[in-house]
Amino acid sequence: MNTIALEVRDLVKTFSLDGATITAVDHVSFQVKAGEFVALVGPSGSGKTTLLSILAALLSPTSGQVLIDGQDLAKMNEKQRVKLRREKIGFTFQSNNLIPFLSARENVEYMLRLNGVMNRANRLRSDELLARLGLADRLHNLPAQMSGGQQQRVAIARALIHNPAVVLADEPTASLDTERAFQVVETFAHLIHENERAGVIVTHDLRMCQYVDRVLQMRDGKLVRVVEDRNEILKLAGAAVH
Amino acid sequence: MSMKNIFLATYLALKEVIRNRGRFFLVALVIALITLLVLFIAALGEGLANGNRQYVANLDAQLVVFLEKSDYIISSSRLDTNTARAIRRVEGVEDAGAIYTSSTEIVSLDEPLKVSMLGAEPGRPGMPPILEGREFRSGEAREAVIDRNVALRSGIQIGDLIQIRSTQGTTDEFFDLKVVGLVEGQSYFFQPTIFVPAATWEKVRPQSESELNSDTPYPNIVAVKLSDPTQIEDMKARLLERVPNIEVTDIQTTINNIPGYSAQQGTVQAQGFFTLLIGILVIGGFFQIQILQKVPQIGVLKAIGSSNGMVGLSAVIQIIIVTALGVGIGGGLTYLFSLGFPPTIPLVFNGTRSLVAVLLLLAIGPAGGMVSIIYAVRIEPLKALRLG
Repeated sequence: MNTIALEVRDLVKTFSLDGATITAVDHVSFQVKAGEFVALVGPSGSGKTTLLSILAALLSPTSGQVLIDGQDLAKMNEKQRVKLRREKIGFTFQSNNLIPFLSARENVEYMLRLNGVMNRANRLRSDELLARLGLADRLHNLPAQMSGGQQQRVAIARALIHNPAVVLADEPTASLDTERAFQVVETFAHLIHENERAGVIVTHDLRMCQYVDRVLQMRDGKLVRVVEDRNEILKLAGAAVH
Repeated sequence: MSMKNIFLATYLALKEVIRNRGRFFLVALVIALITLLVLFIAALGEGLANGNRQYVANLDAQLVVFLEKSDYIISSSRLDTNTARAIRRVEGVEDAGAIYTSSTEIVSLDEPLKVSMLGAEPGRPGMPPILEGREFRSGEAREAVIDRNVALRSGIQIGDLIQIRSTQGTTDEFFDLKVVGLVEGQSYFFQPTIFVPAATWEKVRPQSESELNSDTPYPNIVAVKLSDPTQIEDMKARLLERVPNIEVTDIQTTINNIPGYSAQQGTVQAQGFFTLLIGILVIGGFFQIQILQKVPQIGVLKAIGSSNGMVGLSAVIQIIIVTALGVGIGGGLTYLFSLGFPPTIPLVFNGTRSLVAVLLLLAIGPAGGMVSIIYAVRIEPLKALRLG
């Protein structure tokens, strides 16, 4: 739990809209260690998704630094950023997560193919991971033949199969019912800890925070509160439940 | 682009086509119908062109001599009777043959058959090689060599007597001709041909009252075979200098000036062009709609590390697969339909023309899908996060 997998230093992102400057991310700094699962919470428009986009090397910051596995995103060209996303980052998204014409197994294996490490041993790993996620009998199903929760679990497997340094999840439970949502985040947290990856989950549902190690609360682009104490995290998540 | 990316692009393209085979097959069928139409138009164009030009195109000659100021139109040209002889004396001319044109009707059949009746000199340019039988005798022999097309359509055989009807003056005259030989591929002015000696032609051709008193056949054109076929321009100038009251041109210009030929070919080519254009728009529309539906999916592909080039190549491969499938099905359908078409419809599947049509058809897929390919390449990976 000592290696810093993700580091954000004084990050600022501004947009121009109708002549006005909007600060979506306002001087945000934090670190996430390998094996740590962090939740990024806040109301709509607080800058969570913009921050996640910058962490994912999909958006360039106005100022500040993002280091993934020690590599500074600002010093990379587009080709290097694509490579970084492929090798060092795992993703799950809110919806349209999976490639609709690939089966569950093929969706997971796609990351292996993309990284040029598709072989028999890794296929076995992929199948085992899917089996651990309760999808052993769904390997050959297309996304349309699976429930939302099953699709999210396939996406989690895809996000982890290539051993990325950082796993980013954008509202992964938004389209799930409560029971499925808890299952998905719990599984996610378990795998993040077990595989010692740095995980960042963006969620507006504070109940999901019971599975994370730290909560970063955002408002108006600023990081306004960091909750690290386990009891406080559970209180935050529990307060949301009640 | 690395081999890995090419393999992945092919993998994605094939998986999508196979898993959505119903949808892609329907598009391939649309392309197949466009292919069918384009190939038939090409075959019709070739067939019509052949019907019009075949005799002239197959002349064993490099130059054609017309009467001065006849604008290279065969029916407007009437040369002096000794022009061919004068041309043969010009240095560089290997041989020259006078050609006499008119049309008539074979009436000794159940159904009268309209034919082009051509007068030609045995063994000289203008007289095609004999496929079966023998050439007619010169002079006023009542003998004819017929196009095999005539024989096939009428059942006439070598040795048969045929009767033709010609209007001379104001009365219909009937003449018997003995078929002595067969030639091949000699359609002229949309009609199969029969060949007769020049003197016979003069006797049996349709003619006006004023022409009836003359026994002298005047050729429409003279086909000129050169000793050195590469010296076309020099020989044109030499012939114009040595032989009075003529104009000279090459075979292609003669074909282009056959009445209606250029207009007809232009029309057929325009039809083919517009069919291809429609094909481009249909395919372009389909792939554009498909890409618009796939924006979030492409966003995800890029977000997880697929390069723009790979995503674009995948779209290209998919379009090529569907287009090739459609063109293949269309080609097969064309072949099957062509087997059942009556011989009266002038369809000729020329290898080169069909190949050009197929290559153009294969190109319309990527051409039509170009906009969607560019669109796919430009989709921001941020779309995966509902941003951008």
